[in-house]
Amino acid sequence: MTTENELKPVAEGGLLDRRLFLKKGLTFSAAVLSADVLAESSDIYRPESSKKAGDPFSNYGLPSEYERKTIRWTMGNSMADGNGVSWTPLQDLEGTITPNGLHFERHHNGVPDINPKEHQLLIHGLVDKSLMFEVDDLLRYPMTSLLCFIECGGNSNAAWRSEPIQTKLGYFHGMASCSEWTGVPLRLLLNEAKIKGRAKWLVAEGADASLMNVSLPLEKALDDCFIALYQNGERIRPENGYPLRLIVPGWEGVTNVKWLRRLHLTNRPVMARNETSKYTELMPSGKARQFSFEMEAKSLITNPSFGHKLDKQGLYQISGLAWSGRGKIKKVEVSADGGNTWAEAALQEPVLSKCFTRFRIPWQWNGQTVVLKSRAIDETAYVQPEREELIKQRGQHGYFHYNAIVSWKVDANGEISHVYA
Amino acid sequence: MFMRNSLICLSLLFVPVLHAEEKTPLLGKPVSKALVEKWNGDIFPDGEGLPAGKGTATYGKKVYQQYCLSCHGVDGTGDSADELAGAKHGLTDNPPDKTIGTYWPYATTIFDFTRRAMPLNNPDVLSNNQLYAVTAYLLYLNGIIGENDIMNAQTLPKVKMPNRDGFVNQYQ
Repeated sequence: MTTENELKPVAEGGLLDRRLFLKKGLTFSAAVLSADVLAESSDIYRPESSKKAGDPFSNYGLPSEYERKTIRWTMGNSMADGNGVSWTPLQDLEGTITPNGLHFERHHNGVPDINPKEHQLLIHGLVDKSLMFEVDDLLRYPMTSLLCFIECGGNSNAAWRSEPIQTKLGYFHGMASCSEWTGVPLRLLLNEAKIKGRAKWLVAEGADASLMNVSLPLEKALDDCFIALYQNGERIRPENGYPLRLIVPGWEGVTNVKWLRRLHLTNRPVMARNETSKYTELMPSGKARQFSFEMEAKSLITNPSFGHKLDKQGLYQISGLAWSGRGKIKKVEVSADGGNTWAEAALQEPVLSKCFTRFRIPWQWNGQTVVLKSRAIDETAYVQPEREELIKQRGQHGYFHYNAIVSWKVDANGEISHVYA
Repeated sequence: MFMRNSLICLSLLFVPVLHAEEKTPLLGKPVSKALVEKWNGDIFPDGEGLPAGKGTATYGKKVYQQYCLSCHGVDGTGDSADELAGAKHGLTDNPPDKTIGTYWPYATTIFDFTRRAMPLNNPDVLSNNQLYAVTAYLLYLNGIIGENDIMNAQTLPKVKMPNRDGFVNQYQ
């Protein structure tokens, strides 16, 4: 039995101790399963699914037909349908790993059709010898695996608008996904080509129809970047860079160049369109932030969020995601009274650097109108800012790198809306 | 004796550790300078990488009308694709007006990006002369060069963009 003391709130708005579920194995008031009575014709109850032989094996599994609504929402340019984005439906997912078919996409001109037998990677510039690598060659190299998020620098940009957008969470914060990537440390290939002392940057280029390129500091490339061949155990999907994708842990998505074909070592950045005209943040002064690579700490309550509805009062679990491009998430705090009081959420282990971290906290909803918020604090002690604070620092026209606290208002009917609060 | 053992122990601590993973099969194949030049399309603000060729805004307007206008609008004022020219106000206004003329820091980037990515429906269609011409036209539309100024590998890097000093490097 749960004592009254254990249901005592730890902050206003009905937030309860994060250890409550662990201690009691409580069930949700709305989700208690009950078995039907025994059927007359049988000794044991058999659900319908068990009364006949099931489907045969399949070569490649697909989600249940009852889960067909869990899809990426796609948004292409009206004149060029391969220029645009698709969003991870974060509001429908749990845990931390994004299924490969639901990883977000940002393409500048579509998904190229690449035969790996014809794809090559060139390393040149400030190296002793220019080298060409075949994909099959790279498969023989020592590999490393890393669980990390990739987030587009333009993720959440709708939140800069003056009025809160009323759409599902994934449709404005879903340009962020998390996978286990496996591939060859960039350091190994660059060392094979022998880096010249003057090299300070490298320009990475993809083999898509926009020959998308960006400059990266060599220091980062040698630190933890790698050329991924696998995503969540299988070869990378075409829309995520097949056959080779540069992984730049914790840095904005555009640097994680898909369909990687060329690495040019230089002593300065190339000043590509995607590091000057785009992926820079205009500030109120008229100056723009450039090379703001790191994705700063962010958290989102994924459930409940816009589009969900609370049917009845009772015990719920608030669940969400937090991540930081600077390292591990140290703490996530949740508020159920619009930010007046906060309670610490439980973090799902393992908590990994530059990786999605799932947080959860029990919550008693008594039918009152409340505003739910979460805020992430990372291991560098960076605290996710309130929206007002972020706008004070950056103005409203930065477009990229929006990471402020997200607020959901739950009204007396259990309807959830996006608010600035 | 004790001292000598300590020293040996200490020196062992400083032996560099060779990670097993640092050994690689060395499968990268050396390639010729000619191949690298063919693959390398990077163009830098100082003009490194710019190809031979030239063009002016007069011809560039024709290139623009044929390949760019359907998405970027009349005179670069924007449509389904970005506004490139014709800014009505500045970067500190609400909302700011970001065009090549008000925002882009380097003229070489126009040539580089157009060559690698434009037009979206046929990114391999423009010749270097056409690229110089359409670059000249975009600079002319923004009031940065004259209608008859010739853009080539020597002149393009010398074009000083109005927002050249508008960026603050966040990477230390």
